[in-house]
Amino acid sequence: MITIEHLTKRYGAQVAVSDVSFTCRPGTVTGFLGPNGAGKSTTMRALVGLAAPTSGTATIAGKHYRELPNAGRQVGVLLDAGAQHAGRTGREVLTLSAMVLGVGRERVEEVLRLVGLAGRPAGKRLGNYSLGMRQRLGLATALLGDPQVLVLDEPANGLDPEGIFWMRSLLRGFADRGGTVLLSSHLLHEVEAVADQLVVIAGGRIVAQGSKSELLAGTGGTVVRGPDRALLAKALEVAGIAVSPGPEDALVADAEALAVGQAVAAAGVVLTELRPAGGAGLEDLFRKLTGSGSGSGEGQQVQEVLA
Amino acid sequence: MSTATLDADRPRTGAAPSAPSMLTLTRVELRKSTDTRAGRWLLIVIGLALLGVGAIALFVGNGPDAFADQFALTQLPIGVLLPVLGILLVTSEWSQRTAGPTFTLVPRRSRVLTAKVLAATVLAVLGVLAAALVAALTTALSPVVGNASGDWGLTGAQLGQPLLVHVAYVLSGVALGMLLLSSPLAIVLYFVLPTVFTLVSNLVSALSWVSDWLDLTVTTAPMTAGELASDGWPGVGTSVLLWVVLPMALGWARITRTEIA
Repeated sequence: MITIEHLTKRYGAQVAVSDVSFTCRPGTVTGFLGPNGAGKSTTMRALVGLAAPTSGTATIAGKHYRELPNAGRQVGVLLDAGAQHAGRTGREVLTLSAMVLGVGRERVEEVLRLVGLAGRPAGKRLGNYSLGMRQRLGLATALLGDPQVLVLDEPANGLDPEGIFWMRSLLRGFADRGGTVLLSSHLLHEVEAVADQLVVIAGGRIVAQGSKSELLAGTGGTVVRGPDRALLAKALEVAGIAVSPGPEDALVADAEALAVGQAVAAAGVVLTELRPAGGAGLEDLFRKLTGSGSGSGEGQQVQEVLA
Repeated sequence: MSTATLDADRPRTGAAPSAPSMLTLTRVELRKSTDTRAGRWLLIVIGLALLGVGAIALFVGNGPDAFADQFALTQLPIGVLLPVLGILLVTSEWSQRTAGPTFTLVPRRSRVLTAKVLAATVLAVLGVLAAALVAALTTALSPVVGNASGDWGLTGAQLGQPLLVHVAYVLSGVALGMLLLSSPLAIVLYFVLPTVFTLVSNLVSALSWVSDWLDLTVTTAPMTAGELASDGWPGVGTSVLLWVVLPMALGWARITRTEIA
């Protein structure tokens, strides 16, 4: 159980995170979403005691991270896969952690096999690791102490599609056995498939949170497409259904698929596509909530707060 | 949430997890200082320097033949190089960005720092023992290369004072590392600062008293031979305060309070 309450972190006049509250329950995966610099990492760093919150609290199973007797046995953390000594081998990094955690050397080999680094890769120095291999090693480190909670910052970075699929099933399995997972990402599709709950952060504030279906329900509407866009729009307006421009040349009708279909059929207009707008994915919702999808063509301003 | 096992068929690795002991943390720190190429090479260089000094003492004429004299000589390389090991013990966590993972695993940062101080102390003691071993070797070989037979006597002060002084040197390295958190900066300053200090206090006659109280190199100079008289201890104390206690206290406070990047 992760509980974050009214967490605020300021760096001088800069507010990195403002009044952030959410909880992650056992048995669930929480996707922590937001553009770069939105405050995801700051929140997670405050959670694991690397940064002290200006106000508010972040606890794990009711305790501050620093109060956990052997933190790695309860919480597996991966914040920055690149933050390891380039001169150590993968096995050596895990061995050092295993000593602190008080788990046996056989557990090191076990997690190496689990993340697919057993054999030759385990004996290579990290300087020769790809980003994907570092992520796998980071996950192995997080899993080493057999924790009940996982806190992972952008774990899919550098993983190939196969690796992302593997990681998803790993996290799903972990949660299904009663574990709590908090995982951040700036890419929706990485999280969409595995998360039970979504927390969207932008500009240091939570802009939306809830289950996937709850969040998607709010977006509503039906995507309609046909060879004659103008005719289609007219048919819907006649039936009293509001329309707005959709993806590409499609329209989004503010009604259920059934009502749209009936309206179009009544007008005798040809359809090539008819589906709930939510199916277009969280992408639109995400863009809408974080205000980064204005499509103005200008480069998006990076809001990174320097720690 | 109590039974969240990763692998269903495997029992949990233990009952309620207990905090790692200070002994464990110290062993981890010792391992960290030797498990990279840089650390290993530094130890090899220290070993080679020891043997080199021993060989010079043995073969170059008029070398000291008594064990105590040989021992005073073989401490030279460890006095120069061990503090670098002490610096790197701290600064490599920042230069290699491992501070984040380290303090995530052991969030009570003071425990990690204490383990580093203990590990540095162990390294200093091992260094002194290695120097004694090389000195014993050269003393034993003295008659073979034609010098007079060695005198094996060693007083308590001749063993105790070197141990103390090398622990102080290594810890001054650790302290500077904690204060600066940068390997190159700490290493350069470790060698430059005392020299500047000595130069200034030698040049400005009004400051000559300063070196007797605050220049660690000057105050501890007799200690490698175990010749520090009782009136020298206050000066050792004040210079250790300046070069070990003060920077360590400042660095310690900063590391435990500020955000880890």
